[in-house]
Amino acid sequence: MFNGKIREMKLNLSLAQIATKLGDVDANLEKHLTYIKQAKEQKTDLLVFPELSLTGYVLQDLVASVAHKPTDDDPVFKHLLKASHDLDLVVGFVDEDARHRFYIASAYLSGGKVLHVHHKVYLPTYGLFDEGRFFAWGDSIRSFDTRFGRVGMLICEDFWHASPPYLLWLDGADIMLFSSASPGRGLNDKEKLDSARWVERVSKAYASMFTAFVAHCNRVGFEDGLLFWGGATVNDPNGELLAQGPYFEEALTNVELDLNQLRRSRARLPLLRDERTALVQKELDRILSRG
Amino acid sequence: MVDLTINTDVAHQILTSFIKSEVTRVGYSRAVLNLSGGLDSAISCVLAVNALGAENVFALRLPYRTSSQDSLDHAQLIIDQFKIPNETIDISDMVDPLIKRDPNISNLRKGNIMARVRMIALYDQSEVFKGLPIGTSNKTEILLGYSTLWGDMASAINPIGDLYKTQARQLARAINVPVPIIDKPPSADLWEGQTDENELGFTYDEVDKLLYLLVDQRYSPQECIEEGFNEKFVTAVITRIRRNQFKRMMPPIAKLSNRTIGYDFLYLRDWGT
Repeated sequence: MFNGKIREMKLNLSLAQIATKLGDVDANLEKHLTYIKQAKEQKTDLLVFPELSLTGYVLQDLVASVAHKPTDDDPVFKHLLKASHDLDLVVGFVDEDARHRFYIASAYLSGGKVLHVHHKVYLPTYGLFDEGRFFAWGDSIRSFDTRFGRVGMLICEDFWHASPPYLLWLDGADIMLFSSASPGRGLNDKEKLDSARWVERVSKAYASMFTAFVAHCNRVGFEDGLLFWGGATVNDPNGELLAQGPYFEEALTNVELDLNQLRRSRARLPLLRDERTALVQKELDRILSRG
Repeated sequence: MVDLTINTDVAHQILTSFIKSEVTRVGYSRAVLNLSGGLDSAISCVLAVNALGAENVFALRLPYRTSSQDSLDHAQLIIDQFKIPNETIDISDMVDPLIKRDPNISNLRKGNIMARVRMIALYDQSEVFKGLPIGTSNKTEILLGYSTLWGDMASAINPIGDLYKTQARQLARAINVPVPIIDKPPSADLWEGQTDENELGFTYDEVDKLLYLLVDQRYSPQECIEEGFNEKFVTAVITRIRRNQFKRMMPPIAKLSNRTIGYDFLYLRDWGT
């Protein structure tokens, strides 16, 4: 039994699975501020919004007209940065860089500052998806420090690939924040759509394999015939589901994370301690240099 | 073997949400549709009722003088069961003058005229009732092109277009469509004695399984044959799908400028809503 003193560390996490107005940033900002107010009343420490929460998802030729920069002189971000004095925020938006490349992005805001911006690195351009046609590919996967510990953010297709969560893990992330605009698809005889089952399965797997907290916030609402299925989830470092939002409808899902669970899980299951990164690097070097 | 079973609760939840969302976001609160007495329009109608409330759905019965009494009666079953505002308009006076112009007119042409006159009545009543026209085409008939362009295919939104006929039947049972409508042989009722399966030359059970493999599961024609489907049947169905692609698209525009509608002027219909 552990008798030393450790700092009690709780994080009140909220996931806002909202519907958005396609291309109407002002209306979406209003909704963000409404949810922020509600979350603040519920003592939320960190509130996560879905992918492209400020713009809507199937933007096509709207991309350039909805882009914003996460700075305090931006007409949208100045409100969000102000709100981030009360609680930390993750918002989804279209980021335009200095050379006018447009990215699907998530920004982490805290204490009036932008702590990190992640640009989506995997843009699905197949089946019903056409992101690669309209957006630039992100080229960095970084964890970053917050007042709750080290965090990593990924956007939808990023975590359909195994390497981005793995890299975040090695870069120190103990809390992974996934955001999505995932259209429901794959109706069969089961109670859940294929797309929901797949995402829930991998979220749980990452939490289990990386002994980390994994939260996923997916939007709801229709864009033409596409229905985004919602169903926010939070899994703990044992891979146990702590909370789940409803399917298909807007909701604010609140959960208290006991961050000391990281210590207990890793004392029991030292996967992080035993991860042989040098071996991974050696084998990757060999595989990639094979030519 | 191919299993086309669907979870009808999930389907119902998604499709009623779809109707509610897509009707209300363009400023409407009501829907209109043609209630033919057949299965597909019965399903669309009940979904619309469950999404918007019966008082916000307007059902049209649009018989031609050769339409079967069964069709009218079956449409009435839905109207009575769900207490839906409705009107019956005999389209014979609109259809006959065109038909009479040519004594040699084919059944196909007559059927197309009827379907298009019904479209005119539907869109006219859409304005009267201030309701959005709801489509009634299922995935099987859309893929096979078994429908009239600008006729029964015309609608503002189509809730059942991603359900094969056999899946639509499952949903119909789950949402209490009257049994006689579910059990009768599907028919466009454009001429006496017409049934879909006679006209198509195969059953919905057969073709839905094949379409599911070809379209949903991306099987090659050869793989379908190896699964036990007759080669001629496979070829005939693929030909039908390809030849009817035009019915599933807006008319192509010849590109002249740098930015052309349909090619590089890309916005969803739900733009700004």
